[in-house]
Amino acid sequence: MDVSQYLDIFIDETNGHIQTLNDNIMILEKEPENKDVINEIFRAAHSLKGMAGTMGFKKMQRLTHDMENLFQEIRNDNIKVNSSLIDILFSCLDAIEEYLETVKATSGEGDNGNEALIQQLNDFIAAEEGKPQEAPAEAAGETKASEGEAKADSSEKKYLNIDVDDVSCSKMKEAEQSGLNIYGMTVHVQKDCLLKAARAFLVFKAVEDFGEILVYNPSSQDIEDEKFDLDFSLIISSSSELAPILEAVNSVSEIESVEAEKVSYSSYVETSAEVPAEKPKEETKPSAAEAPKKEKAPAPKNSGKSASNNKHSGTNKPVTARTVRVDIEKLDALMNQVSELIIAKNSLVSISDSEQDNEFNTQTFHDQIEYLERITTNLHESVMKVRMVPIESVVNKFPRMIRDLSRKLNKPMELYMSGEETELDRTVVDQIGDPLQHLLRNSADHGIESPEDRKKAGKLESGSIYLKAFQEGNNVIIEVRDDGAGIDTEKVKEKAVERGLVSEEQAANLSKKEIIDFLFMPSFSMAKTITDISGRGVGLDVVKSNIEALGGDVEVKSTMGVGTTFIVRLPLTLAIIQALMVEVRDEKYAIALGSIQNIENVSVNDIKYVQAEEVIHLRGMVIPLIRLDELLDSAPKEEEDENLTVVVVKKGDNYAGLVVDNLIGQQEIVIKSLGKCIDNNKIINGATILGDGEVALIIDVNAIF
Amino acid sequence: MADKYGVDVAEKEKVQYIVVSIGNEHYGLDISYVDNIVRMCKITRVPKAPFHYIGIINLRGEVVPLMSLRRKMKLDDDTFTDLSRIIILKTEEQGLVGVVVDEVKEVIALSPDEIDRNAKSSQPDKENYINGIGKNGDELISIFEISSILDEVEVS
Repeated sequence: MDVSQYLDIFIDETNGHIQTLNDNIMILEKEPENKDVINEIFRAAHSLKGMAGTMGFKKMQRLTHDMENLFQEIRNDNIKVNSSLIDILFSCLDAIEEYLETVKATSGEGDNGNEALIQQLNDFIAAEEGKPQEAPAEAAGETKASEGEAKADSSEKKYLNIDVDDVSCSKMKEAEQSGLNIYGMTVHVQKDCLLKAARAFLVFKAVEDFGEILVYNPSSQDIEDEKFDLDFSLIISSSSELAPILEAVNSVSEIESVEAEKVSYSSYVETSAEVPAEKPKEETKPSAAEAPKKEKAPAPKNSGKSASNNKHSGTNKPVTARTVRVDIEKLDALMNQVSELIIAKNSLVSISDSEQDNEFNTQTFHDQIEYLERITTNLHESVMKVRMVPIESVVNKFPRMIRDLSRKLNKPMELYMSGEETELDRTVVDQIGDPLQHLLRNSADHGIESPEDRKKAGKLESGSIYLKAFQEGNNVIIEVRDDGAGIDTEKVKEKAVERGLVSEEQAANLSKKEIIDFLFMPSFSMAKTITDISGRGVGLDVVKSNIEALGGDVEVKSTMGVGTTFIVRLPLTLAIIQALMVEVRDEKYAIALGSIQNIENVSVNDIKYVQAEEVIHLRGMVIPLIRLDELLDSAPKEEEDENLTVVVVKKGDNYAGLVVDNLIGQQEIVIKSLGKCIDNNKIINGATILGDGEVALIIDVNAIF
Repeated sequence: MADKYGVDVAEKEKVQYIVVSIGNEHYGLDISYVDNIVRMCKITRVPKAPFHYIGIINLRGEVVPLMSLRRKMKLDDDTFTDLSRIIILKTEEQGLVGVVVDEVKEVIALSPDEIDRNAKSSQPDKENYINGIGKNGDELISIFEISSILDEVEVS
């Protein structure tokens, strides 16, 4: 048994809680009196603390614990919410997120104690309570812990309250007189531990390697019968030091934590009188004992319970597993379709088994093939649905980001989001976060003007940024729009000339779109001053390449003085698509059906020329013709056909006509990568294997424009 | 896996090579890189691909790029015969890559002292891809430096 198997769940759930906290603190900032929100926050902070504790992430636990204290005070109306409080809370969340990142990367929580933050938190509580701050940071956490959880505290030192009978008393006395150390120990078992008795037994065995167990509480019989809650206490006599014993106990699986210290026989004789006097001394001791223990890196067993921290510093494996939470209904649908698939297979088998080869058999055979086709299509759809997750998980962190930016930049602005429920393939969702973040930062920093400028332009002082997601055919569109100044194409042109990207004459002839495209060039920045938000010129080019790597593209629309819109277009799925198979000479190519508008037969005589480029005039639209054979370096044709088969494809509002030799038909294809060596190919974005084993290439329509 | 340079192999362990012929020369490929040897199959040309890549093939459901060693070494272009084979090489960085050879001869084991590491090829282009000359009886076998064949990305 090993906690690492829970690590994925922990990461997943912690993410969820952080998100809840983020959202609710944002609301709290606006509605400081909202009790429901405070309660929600309190619950999330509490679960966060509990989980961190279970996983043995002590530092994280401490931070969340102190946050919880603060929320407790807020809930009790002892502290009023104000902006500095919100700021502290947000920085705490960032710190927790940092822990989580470290956990993800190394399975350990790292070394950052975040003492300063904890100090701040406690200062806050203390200040509001009008109570002096008792101790420096390190102790503050400890004291808080004992104060905040008086109940837990008393349970933690259970070994002090063991009723010792006469027999044991004399045993202890003997042991002490013979120069052995007497230790009191309380072992806490994890909440979800299944075999408590077995764990306890392992603890006993571990301890007995060092000495003798004098007293059990509850009795050893009760412990064996699992008649104990989540902890049990022992009094041990041993000639050994305490540290190795602790280590041995901690290495037993599913042990939450162990407290132990040296005790004396006398303290148990007059238990009631001694305990209060003992307390202050104990307060410092366990933490002192714990500190050196934490530093001890070598983990005796990898399965060692995390409370020891050994495991985390010892193993350094990154957590890479990615999970998708699936609605059980989706899985049921999947299961149904699989059973149908089996039925279809069976009927095919029975047809092939039957000897007769008559008309009837051929007919059923065709029926079954059709049936099979339907099932596989449905199956594909279901599997895709399982892989789909709403983009919510990614965009949820943005309101918080915009809030921070707004404060940092001193520009009031609001983020309005819609379509968070739009679903995308998990792999795409995972990677869309950074590009979107870039775009939003860009809008906040470059797009939105300063309040003074906005006033002058007759706009509301507070800027607006809109994030809108929706599905369009086989694509998902995410728009990032701001109502800022818009892109000043003249300035971009100047800059491009200045940077030597184009000559002045060339610049004069550039279309607006071409000018805007400069923004996507590497290290092209329009910001006059470099801020830590943007302006280093690493931004839009990264956005573009990231999105292109996902098979999508970015488009910009901008109107001076009105605002800028970035349109990110992403493919719905990555693995399987419906495609039109076409032939160019004797080679087969696939074109994604989603990007095809229609198919036309065009007579050679209908081809017109605009700027020496071939175009066709179709129902009021002028569509440029692209000869696929030329684009793909195919062998030239001996004779020009009278009629051309043109596949009209679209990308956004743009159309193009691809001239092909032959249409083969529609087919569901599985996209395979070309391999790294040939991957620097823009026109081809993959290959697929056809029914006869032949490999056909997939044309990336987006790259043609 | 054998040290691919074979220079500081302390124990004189023999390394197995697949001997192939390209033109009238014999070449050796370290067997630890070889995933598979298959017959010629239908090759799909990839437009705009680097010149030395002939195309891609379907290797049991996987798409595998195919490279021409002849083109890579600036020899005459391949002529596929019944003896032509595709050797599927497996590397960490590139995954599977197929190379076309005229004929697969045999598998031999060479100890490091049977390989002359100092031999220089007279053709400067070829030199980069060979890291030694193995002696198998009377025969001389040029040993390919597989990583250099695959790593270098040339654009036609």
